[in-house]
Amino acid sequence: MRNRTFAVIAFAIALVLIALTRVIANDYFFSAVYTVLQFIVLATAWNILGGYTGYVNFGSAAFFAVGAYTTVFLNKSLHLPLPVLIVAGTIVAGLLGLGVGYLTLRMRGVFFAISTLALAVVLFTFVVNWDYVGGARGAYIIQPREAPLGFSRYGHLLYATMVLMAAFAIVVARAIERSVIGRGLAAIRDDEVAAECAGVPTLRLKLFSATVSGALMGMAGTTLPLYLSYVEPTAAFNLSYAVNSIAMPLIGGMMSWLGPLIGAVLLGTVQQVVQVTISSEWNLFIVGVLLVAFVTLAPNGIMGWVEAWRRSRPHPR
Amino acid sequence: MEFPTALVLNAIVAGLLLGGFYAAVSVGISISFGMLDVVNIAHPAFIILGSYIAYIVNARLGFDPILVSVVLSPLFFALGMLVYRVYYVCFEKRGQESLRGLAFFFGILFITEVTLVLIFGVDYRLVETSYSSTTLRLGPVDFPLRLVVPFAVSLAMVIGVQLFLSRTFFGRAVLAVAQDQLALRLMAINPFRVKEFAFALSIATAGIAGAFLIVIQPVQPSIGREYIGLVFAVCVLGGLGSIWGTLLGAFILGLAESFTSTFFGPSWAPAVSFGILLGALAFRPTGLLGR
Repeated sequence: MRNRTFAVIAFAIALVLIALTRVIANDYFFSAVYTVLQFIVLATAWNILGGYTGYVNFGSAAFFAVGAYTTVFLNKSLHLPLPVLIVAGTIVAGLLGLGVGYLTLRMRGVFFAISTLALAVVLFTFVVNWDYVGGARGAYIIQPREAPLGFSRYGHLLYATMVLMAAFAIVVARAIERSVIGRGLAAIRDDEVAAECAGVPTLRLKLFSATVSGALMGMAGTTLPLYLSYVEPTAAFNLSYAVNSIAMPLIGGMMSWLGPLIGAVLLGTVQQVVQVTISSEWNLFIVGVLLVAFVTLAPNGIMGWVEAWRRSRPHPR
Repeated sequence: MEFPTALVLNAIVAGLLLGGFYAAVSVGISISFGMLDVVNIAHPAFIILGSYIAYIVNARLGFDPILVSVVLSPLFFALGMLVYRVYYVCFEKRGQESLRGLAFFFGILFITEVTLVLIFGVDYRLVETSYSSTTLRLGPVDFPLRLVVPFAVSLAMVIGVQLFLSRTFFGRAVLAVAQDQLALRLMAINPFRVKEFAFALSIATAGIAGAFLIVIQPVQPSIGREYIGLVFAVCVLGGLGSIWGTLLGAFILGLAESFTSTFFGPSWAPAVSFGILLGALAFRPTGLLGR
């Protein structure tokens, strides 16, 4: 399928999901789907660097929070409209990805991984100490009462935005995966030295994928302050974002765009159910256990099973 | 403005005392990451686990937390052997340590943290010992025993580990694994056994460091994460695989954090380790005493 056809289909599905705001009256439904969609963006973004390139990012929460706090800052200082806030948060998070990548991607992969872990702690410290964006107390952002574009509520507009973001992230990930860049990234993942010797511009490709991945994570965070009307550092930097964005691609399968999508929908839905029926701590516990179980017992995830099942069937002649 | 001599002296002493504790926290990573190439980012989780075990035993039976941790260190040793076996079979043998092995340790870190939250909640816990509130004074300089006792035991532990590695047959085998595994195989030694032992040793040091931690400051399940940046900063700065380097790196980091807290406020301290880590990676990735 060509990229354009795929994009048309993805955005058509997105429009159907947006049209649900006219049909379904239950608010909880939208809040649950919003959370799952947010995880689809995060998991897809993580997979661009983690799955395609083979570099682990533990700081998804940091990139996500950078997007959120860019919104807080620009909303407070300049009162910019929503589309500008989204673009700004995306760019800032992308630049952060580029910067961290530039400093650490030239060394062995573990140093990048450790740096992203530490990055989350440092940015957290920074935000806690920065009074303008609320510091440790957090910041309130009031949702506009009137929703544009014929939505009955502002929450519905944010839901629609998140649907479009998820579609956009998936289209971007698939386009990268199928392009020359994607093949270069796969070469880096499989054997970086061999790739370098074969003339693949490894550093440039790694920086590209760190930037795109960080930017998409930041994009997912830009609507958070508006969505919750209140944002504070512990919520924005929550470790559950980092764990989920790693667990979801690992559980779904890291080789294609479909894996993170499956993982995010499955794990996201399970978490919503557990959170309502049991408690949010147990919900995190289950994510952790599933992550370790899949990574040790089924390293290729659900898509790995599908692949094995396909291969085991006799070829049709 | 007059030069604040007393303030600076106190910051130096506090930094050195803190540095001794950081050495105990990081020596395990120096072994597992520096020598065995096992990127155990769950190390701080084992430290926090050590803190909570010391806390429970102290609360129930009233024993000194540091003594408890030393007595119970074989337990952590066994835990370390178990973790390394799983890691070896699932990742190292298949050559998947770089991505999935990291995710595995991250999962362990997360599970430990959430389990502790489920059992103990997110309240801060502290152990009060007989020496907790005593402070020795030497002129204008304070020596709080709350820091001095962990400092002394840490130094003893780190130097003990270094002597073990450099003086005993088994310790030298660990150093040999770090240098050339193939040569070890040719001499009919199984690198797996040696690495298993060394990794277990690193987890045992984490358990003991956990007891120091809960004597020094109140502990809460999620503070382990703050130590991830710190332990790797210490090891990279000192030079991977060098215990003396780790000790030196720990003192530098302790001093840096102590000065930051004294002159800029304690809420900035966590940013110091990251700055040092990035600086070390960018300018001297082999560390100060690196091979």
